[in-house]
Formats: sequence, C-alpha cells, structure tokens
Amino acid sequence: MTETKNDAAFVEFQRVQKSYDGENLVVKDLNLAMPKGEFLTMLGPSGSGKTTCLMMLAGFETATHGEILLDGRPINNIPPHKRGIGMVFQNYALFPHMTVAENLSFPLEVRKLGKSEREAKVQRALDMVQMGAFGGRRPAQLSGGQQQRIALARALVFEPELVLMDEPLGALDKQLREHMQFEITRLAHELGITTVYVTHDQTEALTMSDRVAVFDDGRIQQLAPPDQLYEEPENSFVAQFIGENNTLEGTVKSIDGDACLIALDDGSEIDAVPINVSQPGERTKVSIRPERVEFNKDRLHADAHTLKATVKEFIYMGDVFRFRMSVAGNDEFIVKTRNAPDAVRLKPGQEIEIGWLAKDCRALDA
Amino acid sequence: MKPTKTMLTAAVLATAAGGVSAEEMTIVSWGGAYSKSQLKAYHEPYSEKTGVTILNDDSSAEAVAKLRAMNEAGNITWDVVDVVAADAIRLCDEGLAMEIDPDTMLAPAPDGTSAADDFGDLLVSDCFIPQIVYSTTFGYRTDLVGDTPPTDICAVFDLEAYPGKRSLEKRPINNMEWALLCDGVAKEDVYDVLATPEGQEQALAKLDTIKDSVVWWSAGADTPQLLADGEVVMGSTYNGRLFSVIEEQKQPVAMLWDAQVFDLDGWIIPAGLSDERKARALDYIMFATDTQRLADQAKYISYGPARASSAPLVGQHAELGIDMAPHMPTDPENAKNTFLYNYEFWADYRDDIDAKFQAWLAQ
Amino acid sequence: MTDASENTGPMLAADGTPLKQSLARSLRRQKLRALMLVAPLLLFVMFSFIVPIASMLFRSVENSIVQETLPLTVEALQNWDESSGELPDEAVYDAFVRDMVVAVDNKTHTRLGSRLNYEETGMSSMFRRSGRKMGKLDPETDGPFKDQVIEIHDGWGEPKTWAVIKTHSPAVTNGYFLNAVDMRRTPEGAQAQPEDKQILIKLFGRTLFMSLVITASCILLAYPVSYLLATLPMRVSNLLMILVLLPFWTSLLVRTSAWKVMLQQQGVINETLVWLGLVADDARLVIINNQFGTIIAMTHILLPFMILPMYSVMQTIPESYTRAAKSMGATNWTTFWRIYFPQSIPGIGAGSILVFILAIGYYITPEIVGGTKGVFISNRIAYHISSSLNWGLAAALGTILLAVVLLLYWVYDKIVGIDNVKLG
Repeated sequence: MTETKNDAAFVEFQRVQKSYDGENLVVKDLNLAMPKGEFLTMLGPSGSGKTTCLMMLAGFETATHGEILLDGRPINNIPPHKRGIGMVFQNYALFPHMTVAENLSFPLEVRKLGKSEREAKVQRALDMVQMGAFGGRRPAQLSGGQQQRIALARALVFEPELVLMDEPLGALDKQLREHMQFEITRLAHELGITTVYVTHDQTEALTMSDRVAVFDDGRIQQLAPPDQLYEEPENSFVAQFIGENNTLEGTVKSIDGDACLIALDDGSEIDAVPINVSQPGERTKVSIRPERVEFNKDRLHADAHTLKATVKEFIYMGDVFRFRMSVAGNDEFIVKTRNAPDAVRLKPGQEIEIGWLAKDCRALDA
Repeated sequence: MKPTKTMLTAAVLATAAGGVSAEEMTIVSWGGAYSKSQLKAYHEPYSEKTGVTILNDDSSAEAVAKLRAMNEAGNITWDVVDVVAADAIRLCDEGLAMEIDPDTMLAPAPDGTSAADDFGDLLVSDCFIPQIVYSTTFGYRTDLVGDTPPTDICAVFDLEAYPGKRSLEKRPINNMEWALLCDGVAKEDVYDVLATPEGQEQALAKLDTIKDSVVWWSAGADTPQLLADGEVVMGSTYNGRLFSVIEEQKQPVAMLWDAQVFDLDGWIIPAGLSDERKARALDYIMFATDTQRLADQAKYISYGPARASSAPLVGQHAELGIDMAPHMPTDPENAKNTFLYNYEFWADYRDDIDAKFQAWLAQ
Repeated sequence: MTDASENTGPMLAADGTPLKQSLARSLRRQKLRALMLVAPLLLFVMFSFIVPIASMLFRSVENSIVQETLPLTVEALQNWDESSGELPDEAVYDAFVRDMVVAVDNKTHTRLGSRLNYEETGMSSMFRRSGRKMGKLDPETDGPFKDQVIEIHDGWGEPKTWAVIKTHSPAVTNGYFLNAVDMRRTPEGAQAQPEDKQILIKLFGRTLFMSLVITASCILLAYPVSYLLATLPMRVSNLLMILVLLPFWTSLLVRTSAWKVMLQQQGVINETLVWLGLVADDARLVIINNQFGTIIAMTHILLPFMILPMYSVMQTIPESYTRAAKSMGATNWTTFWRIYFPQSIPGIGAGSILVFILAIGYYITPEIVGGTKGVFISNRIAYHISSSLNWGLAAALGTILLAVVLLLYWVYDKIVGIDNVKLG
C-alpha cells in the first residue's frame, strides 16, 4: 500500500472498477490522483461513469474492484456518514420540512456541536453565500438560485476538506448558472477546498476547473487542464466532445517526426501533427477547430496544402460568422471567422480554397 | 284508414312486447339447498306447464328491508317472496304484503277439504301462505359427548356433563325460551314469564351461566360448520341443515328432538303489483302450494309440508333414497316435545328484549 | 392597441361590443362546456351521495306517521293533561275511532303500531288486534266509544298508552337521536334508558377505540412494506405490489372466513401451536369471536388502504435526501428519524384517515369474527335497517357516526393540518 501511495494525492482512485449487474463494467480501470485544493471536473456524456465515480467516492456505491484512498487512507469500508465529505446534489436535496437554518444546522447537530456554536457557524455560512437574511425560510419559499446557494452553504458549513458536486447547476437558467459558476470557484479557492465537480456541460467544465477528466465508456479519456484539453485533444472522442470540431477521415501517407502527410478519402492531401498514429497506412481521423481554418491565402504558408471547399450556408451570429462548407466529402465542415471590419462574407455556392497551419491539425485515432 | 292501421300495428307490438315480459317472474328465496328444493319441486314443473321463466333472487334474509325500500321507491321488482312467518307478519303490518284469501286463492286438498282447513293454525297472518314447517333444534358431536349423549334440551346449559363450546344464534328469540324452560318454567308459562322484566332477567341470568362457552352465530351455515370442525360440542340450527350434515356429509353429528322450536316458512306476494303480475303470482302460488307440490319438496330437503293432506304423500329422498318421513319435524316421533313459537309475542317484544339481550351480550 | 389608447370610453372588441361583455360571453361558453363535461359525474354524486345522506338526515328526525294516521286523535289529545293520571275523555276516544276506521281501511294502523312499539312494547299487537273490531264501528251511530274501545283491548284503558301517542305525535322528533345515545323521549322530557338496555354509547366508544387500534396496527405493518415497495428495484417492487393487491381480488367474505379457519380453536394457528407444544391441548388460545379476532381480520383487510398512500408518498421522497443526510454525517437511524420519517408523514396521515373512516363503518367482518365484544356500531345500524326496521334510529345512529367522523377530521386538521395529507 505505502509504495503505491502518492504523497501529493489527497484523493486517489487505484484501478477502480464498478459493475452493477456482474456482466457490464460501468467504470473500467479508473486511475486518478488529485492533490489537495484542486478543483477537478468529471465531464462526460450521460452513462459515461462519471456520477458512479462520484458516488463511490461519497460512499453510496461500493467499488467492485480497486481501492479509493482519501488522504492516504483506504475508504472502501467506511460508511458514507463517517467520510466527512460535503456534497451538493443535482436537485439540492434541501430538506423540505426544515427551515434553511435548520438545514444548515443539521450536519452540526449530528456532530453534537453546542447551540451557540451551531448558530454562529450557520450564520457565517449563510453570509458566505449572501443569504444571511433567509435563515427562517423554508426551501420551497426560495428561488432555484437561492436554493442552490443554500445547498452549497450546507455542504460547506461543517468545513469538510473535500466537497463533491453532482451537476449542481443543471436546473438553473443560463445567466444564473454563469454567475454561480463564478461563485463556486471563488468559494472553493478562498476556502482551499478540494472539489470534485461532475457535469456534462463542457463550458462549465472549462471555465471552472483546474483540471478536467473527460469520461467516456467507463474510462478517463483525457485528464488535463482546460486549455490543453481544447487545444491538444489526445483522441478523437475528446476532440469531438470538447468544443466545436471538424473531422476528416483518411490514411497516413508518411510520417516524419512531428509532421505527417494524410491522404484524405477523396484523394487530396493535408499536413497534420501525428498524435495517435505511428506508421504509414494507418486509418486516422484528422481534427481541426473551426476558428483555425483560414481561407485568406495570404495568411497561409506558401507551401501549405489547401483543400477545395464549397460554401453551403452562411450564418450570421453577431460576433462571429459561421460557414458551413462541403470539404473532402464532409458536408458539415464548419468555419468560423471573427466579425472584423475586413471580414469576408462568403455566399452559398461560392467555391474557395481553405487551409490551416499544420500544427493546428491533429491526426487522431480512427 | 292509414292512422288506424298504424295504431293497430302499435297495439300488436305493445301486446307482443308485453307478452314477452309476461313470461317472466322473479321469485325470492334463501338460496342454497333450500332454493334447489323449490326449483325441483315447484319452479321446474311450473315453467314446464305454463312456459313462464322464473328468475331466482336469493335475498330472503333482507326481504323485509328490501321490500320496504322498493315500496318507498315505488318500483317493486319481486313477484313472490319466501319469508319466515315472523317476517310475513311484519310485512303484513307494514302494508308491504298483499292479503290472501285462502279459500279463493289457494287450491283445496284432493279430498275437497278447503285450503283454510288444510293449513289450519299455520295461517298465522292474513298475508302468509305457509309452505314448510321447520324446527330450530340442537345438533351435537357424537364423539365429544362421552357415553351419555344428551337427550333433553337442558344439556345445553349443563357445562359439567357436557363441557365445551356450544353455538347459539345471536338473538334473543328461542334462546330466551330455552333458558326459561331449563330454569324450571313450565312450557305453557314461558311467554307469560318472558313478558315481565323479571322473567327477562331470569332468562338472561340462566344464559349467563354458559355465556363464556357460547359461540354466537348469525348465518344458518355457521353451526353445521362449527360442528363439522369440532369447534363446538353442540349448537342450534335448522333441522334441515343438521339433516344435511348427518345424512349427506356423514359427519359424527346427531340431532336432539327436544323442545325444538316449531316455525314456519312460506310465501308472500308484495303489495302494489300490477294486476297482470299479481294474477301471475297468484297462479304460481295456487300451483306451488297444492298438496302434491308441497309433498314433493320433502324429497329434496327435510322440512315438513305445511298442509295436513301432504304428510301421507311424503316419500323418499330423491338422491339418497332414504325415507324422509322420520326426518320431518312433523313426524309424531320427533314432535313429542315441541315448542311453539309465539309470533305475536315476539312482534311486540322483539325490540325491547333485543335491546336488553344485546346489552347483556356486550357486558 | 392604438384604437384602445385613442378611445376614452370602455374597451371595445373587434365587433364593437364592449370588451368586458365579450370576454364574459366567451368565458361563459367555456364554463358551460366544462359543466356539460362534468354533468354526468355531478348527477351521479348528487343521486348516489348527496341525496342518500340528505334522506338519512331527514329520516333521523322525521315522524309524521302519528299525525298522518291519527290526525283527529292527536288534535283531541292536546286538551288532555298526561300528568293528571286520568284517562282522556270521550272526545279523544271518539276521534280515535274515527281515525282508526280510516286507518284500518287504508291498512295503515298496523304500521303505526310497529312505529309506536319501538317506544312502548305491546303497541304492535294492540293496534293489530284492535284494528279488525274497530274498523267495523260506525263513528256516527255507535258512540259513545270510551267503554267499547277499552272493551276491545284493555291497553286503551291505560293512561300510559295515550301518553305515548301524545309524546310521539310531533312530525319532527328528537326521539331517535335520544334513543341513539341511550336515552328516550318521555312525557317528562328526555330520560336515560333503563340500565339493562344501554348499549349504543358503549358501542360507539368501542367502535372508535377499535378503529384506532386497527389504524395503529395498519401503520405499524404497512410502514416497512411501503418502504420496501418504494425503495426496491421496479421489477421486484411490482411483484410485491401484486401481493399487496392480491387480497382485493378475493371477496371480502372469503377473506374473513379464511381468518375463521386460521384463528378458531381447532384452526390452523392453534393446531400448529399445540403440535409444537407451545400451547396445551386443553388451553387453546381464544383468538376469534372477540376483539382480537376483529382487529386481526380488519387489519388484514384494510392494510392495502394504508400501504397504497404511504407507498405513493414514499415514492416521491428522492434518495438524494437520505444521501445528503448521510454525507453530512448522520447515522442511518438519524437519517431515518429526522429526514425520511417526517417526509413520509403525509402518507401516514392519508392512510390513517382512509383506514379509520373505513374501519368505523365496517360491519361484515366484525359480524363474522367479532363474537360479542368485537362488534361495531355499524352492526347495530345494520340490525335496525334490516331486522327491526327501525330506520329512524338507524338514520340517527348513522348521522351521529357521520358527525363523529367529521369532528375527528376537524381535530386532525387542527393538530396535523389537512394540507399535510397526500395521496401521492
């Protein structure tokens, strides 16, 4: 045990597997280490295993195989109420038969704190989420955003070192959600809490987290800080899942260190960075972000490969223009340009040539 | 010409429609083996003879209340109703049953004796056409009474000689009389004594001596079942029920023919039927209560025919092939020491004594 | 918009009629259509619920039979002082004969006899026996009647007889209600029934007490079952639900009779206990034909009515509440008692009201397994409906029962709050 212990890790999953029915694994071989104070987001489509991981950490599900460590101690056999982990639930789970103050007081009561101490802590927690005047209300008398704050305060009031949040903003409208994203990260950093945050909203994941673990099919597909995740996806799932992405399919023609040549299925060739390909002849999906596509030839290398594109649609979005094009047999190829004073408005049916920097184009797994 | 023709057609149609309904009548009875005996002895031959379809309704237990409700609603759906004599008196008092003139509405005996004489004393109400004589008596488990089976009614009150539970009907009628008989009151004085508050107390005091050993029944099928299960040593019920337990089911049960209470069951016709339905009901009654038909019923169930002229015609049981006469409550051998139910007494005292009886039960 | 702001008068609809009027018309049409849709139900409720209850309330005080059958006698009796101990004078007897001649002709005199027999034993046969002879008298020529009538039945020579007729002559009476609470209407006012006839108050008390016990035992048994139903996986809980509903597919009589087979002294339970040697053969348990039998059988029969509302409430309690509580450090018991249980109270409330009200009106099961001490007030109501035909008393008892239920409902609302009741 000691030799596998990562000293820096506060939360650690070691080869964790989970199966509900004995036939299918919902979580397959999960390894994850989090240092203290980190804000980590588990992001993935529904059914990817992220919530199951969170529930195993909270103690509501048991791992079928593997070890979960909290501050170096294995917690597989510790019941949830002894783990001391704060938790915010998707629908807040505020107890409807108690007032806000009673809700917050509950974790302190079960810890047998004195009355005056409880009251002080409750008030402090309420003030922390700017809800100091709402202690006497019932949860049903609060708006969704207010309930959210109370749920947050309740998870923090007993000063846990680890807080788990299960899609806590899913029920809020967009504006409120953005505001709360900011509030949560601010609090987490101010209080120095280690946070595991589960969401299926990639914007939320990118804006809030120190690191994001992208889940799919029971595995972490990539664990990286947001910028790296977006700019350097390690496989085509991550590339597709995070942000908007164009995919072209083809075969590797040649590899030369950090560069390779890909022959697309319609015969044209492009330059790319080899990520998941190692030898010529391999099938690959090439990923290129819409905003990195260039159709102003002056901005491209003279010897850059270009592709023929037919504009199918022009969408005006205010700050950006969005074009749908047909490129190398892909009718859903998206190109975005900033609405700059000199921006060109291409018309549907127009035929142009497009290209990009070789480093922006990543050859991933097929 | 045309209107006349239309009217004629309508009249023909109406007659035809009326004709269809005219072929049906609803007869109410108690259900079970008793209704079956009536079906075989009365309904089937009558339908065969007249083509009338007979619908059965097993509602006799609530007949009085239902007839009163029908009468209030002004929609009487029953044509002929089988009730016990006490209910017939009550229905007659309430004006819910039609008065019957035995000499014009009932068939005379084959030898020419008028119906009134043939039924004799059993015509206890102006509205009642007696059908059978039955007895409420005791049956006992032959295997639970030791070597000296009970021979008289007071065995019921003798817990020392016959320990164990006994079942009695959950009402004062019959129980109060038996209690007084076994408390030393002479048979002819029973109702005079029972008419006084002291006599009522005396009867309840006697019942009190066995109260803890009594299972109270309210449905006729209870005592036979309790006897068959061995839940009780002895219990009161109708003699026909005991006949079925003893002769048909061959249970180790015997019958006590002592101080059994003679009672009557028969027909009434609801008051307020249309002339057409009334005529049909009377036609059925005329047929179903003649000498032969009453004797026929005894082939299927061990109740005695209410006509004197029917008694000699009683034959063998239709299925078991045994002689039915010795099983009749009217058989001289069985009727040595019978007790005659006093209808008028109970019509007067029923409410008063029942309240006291129920209060005593609940103590 | 512009039209409206330019006009200073009332707002007009497009066709020029005032907007308010046109709105009211369109709403009225909507309401009318909605009313048409619910009309069948309204009529059904009207005829199957409101009318019977109104008729019950009416019957419990209605007493026009005396006035209708003996109108002249009742009038003549006004001048007679029942406390004098003297017989009424010839005028009353004359009026009585005139009334009886008409009554005998209409055959209503025996009905009046049955009615008065509830109050004074013997009236039934007095009217029946006197009827035939008095019907033959001619009021115009055969008088004076006092001695003739007393000759026909000496009961007419008792001042008490006339006092009973006078006391019960008003068309609206409180007599049935007095009877229903073990009292009676006498010439001297309301008095308690003789002690040996007092039973109804006791039965009311027993009915309430046993219904409460049955409700409580239903709560105890139903709670864990409902919890299982609400928390087990759908497939298993559906199967369990079928088991819960299974009793509904069997007739009430069959279920009650089955309890007889189980509980009687030679029954399954006693046989098993004797066979196991837990109970001596001559000391078999008495668990039927008493209160215990009624409680067991009725708890079984009413259990689904407790389980269903409890289940539907528990189903709506998300697991996240208990998880949240545990994540905050609450033990299983604290989580249940402080978090889960308070939220399941509306289900308990709904189930309790349902079971209690059903129990209070039950009569078939107590009749079969209740013996003498396990019967309810409804058994007496049934007796007065179908056997004694004292419908007035039955109606009064029913009205009191209805009032008791409403009162308890009100108390419940005060204590627990009726908005705290949920059927799901």
